[in-house]
Amino acid sequence: MNRSFIARNPSVLWFLLALSVFTIVVTVLSEVTGVGLISTSFVKTLGKTLCLCLIAIAMDVVWGYCGILSLGHFAFFGLGGYAIGMWLMYARTELIVVESLANAPLPPTDKEVVDAIATQIFGVVGSSEFPLLWAFSHSLALQLLMVVLVPGLLALVFGWLAFRSRVTGVYLSILTQAMTLALSLYLFQNDSGLRGNNGLSGLQNLPGLDAVPQSVISIAFFWASAVALGLGYVLFAWVVSGKMGSVIRAIRDNESRVRFLGYHVESYKLFVFTLTAIVAGIAGALYYPQAGIINPAEIAPIASIYLAVWVAIGGRGRLYGAVIGAAFVSLLSSWFTGGSAPAINLGFYTINWTDWWLVLLGVSFVAVTLFFPKGIGGLFDLIVLKPVADRQGDYGPDKGAWRKEEGEP
Amino acid sequence: MSTLLEVSGVSVTFDGFRAINNLSISIAQAELRAVIGPNGAGKTTFMDIITGKTKPDQGRVIWGPRSLSLLDMSESEIARQGIGRKFQKPTVFEAQTVRENLAMALKNPRGPFDVLFYRKSRATAARIDEIAEEIGLTDDLPRRAGELSHGQKQWLEIGMLLAQDPQLLLVDEPAAGMTPAEREHTTALLVRAAQTRAVVVVEHDMEFVRRLNCKVTVLHEGSVLAEGSLDHVTKNQDVIDVYLGR
Repeated sequence: MNRSFIARNPSVLWFLLALSVFTIVVTVLSEVTGVGLISTSFVKTLGKTLCLCLIAIAMDVVWGYCGILSLGHFAFFGLGGYAIGMWLMYARTELIVVESLANAPLPPTDKEVVDAIATQIFGVVGSSEFPLLWAFSHSLALQLLMVVLVPGLLALVFGWLAFRSRVTGVYLSILTQAMTLALSLYLFQNDSGLRGNNGLSGLQNLPGLDAVPQSVISIAFFWASAVALGLGYVLFAWVVSGKMGSVIRAIRDNESRVRFLGYHVESYKLFVFTLTAIVAGIAGALYYPQAGIINPAEIAPIASIYLAVWVAIGGRGRLYGAVIGAAFVSLLSSWFTGGSAPAINLGFYTINWTDWWLVLLGVSFVAVTLFFPKGIGGLFDLIVLKPVADRQGDYGPDKGAWRKEEGEP
Repeated sequence: MSTLLEVSGVSVTFDGFRAINNLSISIAQAELRAVIGPNGAGKTTFMDIITGKTKPDQGRVIWGPRSLSLLDMSESEIARQGIGRKFQKPTVFEAQTVRENLAMALKNPRGPFDVLFYRKSRATAARIDEIAEEIGLTDDLPRRAGELSHGQKQWLEIGMLLAQDPQLLLVDEPAAGMTPAEREHTTALLVRAAQTRAVVVVEHDMEFVRRLNCKVTVLHEGSVLAEGSLDHVTKNQDVIDVYLGR
């Protein structure tokens, strides 16, 4: 009766295998081993993509499994990035300041050092004092705790307020979008304490590791991202399998029926929302040191909408679908917008992909939603085809419920 | 017999329309009760009030030996108190297997962390098999509920109700869409269930009610018109006028 977790979820094993092979191949081909087929900047792109895959599976759990179309998960991603960025900036600036003050005739007091760091960091927004927000920024351990706590608490409070008043469907999506927009607008202010629209920069330079070449650091972060994605995948595969998954999917398809079975639907939604927000925060904390810079534009609502597009194109309701969607679309996106895609000359008009990529993405999104609701992940059903009797209609009355096209073929 | 559920003086108004008007019904610990009435008599609203879906404007709903008020509880708390409901239109979780549907309904702790760390046991598996046997879906346990026929979905929902092991079963038109043989099976099942718990059946079909052979409450315009055995209420002139005569 009690088959092992892996036996019940063979996709976990296949996923971990594919991820390990990918990680090793990239490492071997990188500049670290001297092969150099993959440039350091592309290793960073791949590492960032793995972080995006991690937030995509979180999005898939909250939307594809639980039916909550959150358009605010990038806010949690960004908060995770800011949390780690604060320590990176503080620690690095501290080293620089201490070095420059070392030649001073009198040894600097602690206060002088802190003031000098503050002037360095906040000079750009015309301030020279640490705001309260930075109280823990000197400590890596405390800021790592913030990576988990800040997104988690925000999701807990926001989710509690929203789910308690039974806001569902499109209204909840609008609410989450308002949250991320409000946060982004707040951070744009110079006196928000997080350097306004300048954001935090220089995050790729790890304090005290100036001697280590970026090629090594990039591979280290690539590995960390791969491990985080693997662990996140196993965690979510465990959550959505078994009875928890059963209840979550039931909430997606018909939440009032779940209430009459005696389950407190709001607690379940809050659990899923908060857990996915924490994972999104961790993904952000791994992403931004690789990106090197974080600013409030990163948590604008459009980012969270992209996230929903990735999951839809990859196939919602299956974790590997979200990974495929995020990796495929984000890599394709950087190829098109990076100017590498050849322009198409139609004679009377030249299609420059930097301008037309968004149109192409929009059209593919509409096409996938209309014609292939199972997304790219649905292709795997063609391999493992189980003939199943026809059924009619959607799977439940709720807005997020599976439509009939999303069921087994 | 002690009272399990006491509904007294309850009224509900929807946009000026009085769906329930000073309704009082009491259900004993182990009893089978049929509730009949014409369309719009307030049968479904009556169930909505008990299960917490609709909050009444006035009146009291008192539950169980500890005389708790159901009006202060959410739907899920009421369900955990031991009130199970079967809907008129079968509502099962179609994307999931019959076994998953039954496992979800099975009486177990309902908190998120209880469920997250829930482990299947031999006892629960045996209980699911037992229920599946009872509702005739043993062979269909691994199938998706969405593939079942209308009648089988009705059975599955009854099975989920049994799995919840409630003290009070509220059953809305259980026999709709069933064959005569299945109706007989349903009757037997409900009668058997009513030996150990309270069962309230809302039904249109008089023949089915007759076979249940139990106390009948006739609702009309949101309040009780008559109560007693089926023969007694069918002889009542008011009942004949508003319901049977038509």
